[in-house]
Amino acid sequence: MPAESIPVPTPSTTHPRSSEPEILTGSGAVLRSLEKLGITDVFGLPGGAIMPFYDELMSSTTIRHILVRHEQGAGHAAEGYASSTGKVGVAIATSGPGATNLVTAIADAHMDSVPLLAITGQVFSTVMGTDAFQEVDIVGITMPITKHSFLVRRPEDVPAVLQAAHHIATTGRPGPVLVDITKDAQQNSAPFIWPTEVELPGYRPVTKAHGKQVQAAARMLAEAKRPVLYVGGGVIRGRASDELLAFANASGAPVVTTLMARGAFPDSHKQHLGMPGMHGTVPSVLALQESDLIISLGARFDDRVTGKPSEFAPNAKVVHVDIDPAEISKIRVADVPIVGDVKDVLTDLAAAYNEVIKKVQPDFTDWWARIEELRKSFPLGYDDPADGLLAPQYVIERIGELTGPEAIYAAGVGQHQMWAAQFIKYERPNAWLNSGGAGTMGYGVPAAMGAKVANPERTVWAIDGDGCFQMTNQELATATINNIPIKVAVINNSSLGMVRQWQTLFYNGRHSFTDLNTGHETVMVPDFVKLAEAYGALGIRVTKKEEVDAAIKLANETNDRPVVIDFIVSADAMVWPMVPQGVGNSNVQYARDKAPEWEDE
Amino acid sequence: MSHVLSLLVEDKPGLLTRVAGLFARRGFNIESLAVGKSEIPGLSRITVVVDVEELPLEQVTKQLNKLVNVIKVVELDPTQTVEREHMLIKVKVDNSTRSAILEATNLFRARIVDVATDALVIEVTGDTAKVQALLRVLEPHGIKEIAQSGLLAIGRGPKSITDRVFKN
Repeated sequence: MPAESIPVPTPSTTHPRSSEPEILTGSGAVLRSLEKLGITDVFGLPGGAIMPFYDELMSSTTIRHILVRHEQGAGHAAEGYASSTGKVGVAIATSGPGATNLVTAIADAHMDSVPLLAITGQVFSTVMGTDAFQEVDIVGITMPITKHSFLVRRPEDVPAVLQAAHHIATTGRPGPVLVDITKDAQQNSAPFIWPTEVELPGYRPVTKAHGKQVQAAARMLAEAKRPVLYVGGGVIRGRASDELLAFANASGAPVVTTLMARGAFPDSHKQHLGMPGMHGTVPSVLALQESDLIISLGARFDDRVTGKPSEFAPNAKVVHVDIDPAEISKIRVADVPIVGDVKDVLTDLAAAYNEVIKKVQPDFTDWWARIEELRKSFPLGYDDPADGLLAPQYVIERIGELTGPEAIYAAGVGQHQMWAAQFIKYERPNAWLNSGGAGTMGYGVPAAMGAKVANPERTVWAIDGDGCFQMTNQELATATINNIPIKVAVINNSSLGMVRQWQTLFYNGRHSFTDLNTGHETVMVPDFVKLAEAYGALGIRVTKKEEVDAAIKLANETNDRPVVIDFIVSADAMVWPMVPQGVGNSNVQYARDKAPEWEDE
Repeated sequence: MSHVLSLLVEDKPGLLTRVAGLFARRGFNIESLAVGKSEIPGLSRITVVVDVEELPLEQVTKQLNKLVNVIKVVELDPTQTVEREHMLIKVKVDNSTRSAILEATNLFRARIVDVATDALVIEVTGDTAKVQALLRVLEPHGIKEIAQSGLLAIGRGPKSITDRVFKN
């Protein structure tokens, strides 16, 4: 008999006697709990109120701690770690400013449903409320931007709280959970008791959907003439890409993937129309707009997708599938509400649909003819800038083409983010990371770093802007010191490009405080190549089209340190197509002053 | 339109902040709020009166249900509910007005709970309409101060909200 098939009871090395729980300090309990939860990597920065835990952490053999240079970096790195794997990301900070520096990342995780566990030190429970040194009420501050939060004042509460925090962060609609632990709770000792199950009477996410609603949805799809599968980030968080592919193949309906869902459905698939919304493709925007049935899968009818909600898809019935009941009918009233886990719902939906089509023969021929016409007339594209400088879209497109779909791409926020969503082709989920809901500039570099820690075998690019890069580039030090060889493409248009684009279009070209002086024919402060070198990274400057490929290839081949490429691009390039803010999506403009013909019903 | 919500919640620190913050954040106005222990140890009941239309009410209910420490949210049907408010009213008094005030107090089945030479404190319990009516009667005499509880409400008949929760 093979040895591994014989279960051999091994005496626990950590428990002196199995009947009596081990006595641990609160800090020791935090560490033990994290280990029990299977956490292997954490990002953080120590300070006074979290020192007892850091003292324990130093001796951990299973948890890798990455020392960041700013707590916001820890937060976004944990997000990148989580978004690229589906596992929880952990960020650790001290009390007061350490904790408040996490706030942006927590808000970001809240908007984009990222499973994030934020652990903060708090001042001694005896001085809480006295304005003690480095005291802030971080539980109070983060209440509106966390899925839940805990304040721990006693060491015996640590295991159950961390178990519950992890459970809440990772189940249902994922989100950030904050655990604030006083210094005395970390220092004092208590028996370590790991609960056998999580006890949360008020937390019971619905995962299995109502059968009748699923039947109704399947029937509506079979009877629809112009259906669209509107795919949101929930399909990625819910790991439902395979089920989506099967359902899409079975139904033959067109698919659009939102900014948060890029990669949930392969870009190469013939039914994929691209991204909808403010900077979506014309076929995608107009397909939704002209549809008679929208099947929303883990999407939330964000204003950047719908434009003016009252004018969005006026003739469409809506099937809304979401694990969060509060999303259903929040913006657009759903004709068929389906609360459930999108992975299970898609399986049930496919089965129900296969039954329905035995009786009803769906026919999307005319619909596809219309979509093909839109595709032919309005493909994604861009013009070379009139000033002769590099087209940023070209740079981003080449990064995607030369690096391929197995890589991970993390973007900052702004024009470069939209181009990265448009011009890189995504074939798999968790390959595209960005700050969709919160729109957090500075997300890119630390998120890429976190993703690289979780996926050391994958190439990880940060597609960043010159504005974004200056918000969090201190994490290059973290990346270099900890051997996390990310690639950073700074799409350097010397300005806060998206704001500048709006100023050009909507503020009579008055470019109020958007010049950053980092690019072409400026003082170039800072010099990104020198900055990269100062941080121990490889710095490359690219100004001409013919240099682009070689630089990207060199970056992809360099794995002994991070790489920063300063792509000097035109400041006049704009993101197209565009639906101006506050109007209906029928007003989508393919390029400046160029609107496609909208088919009236 | 006013709606009465009855919330069964875990008695945890910060719970009230979470509930009140949610109303403020989502732009809903709380008209009245009453908090106290429930019949089950560790659980409290919050009675909230909120002035919203039907659709936003559904949204606020769903958002409340998402709070981890909120166990159950029920909208109480006014026709099937007993509703009470409790108010203490300090009213000016002199020899010429004392008998009229005492009479009004008796008519409303309210009680005098404190007497001074130039003021009385009156305690009244009832639904909102009754309490407001007494206030209107006392107003001409000069109201010096009022202290008021939030609305308390409970469904008529033998069923309780907690029954429903723990049956599931």
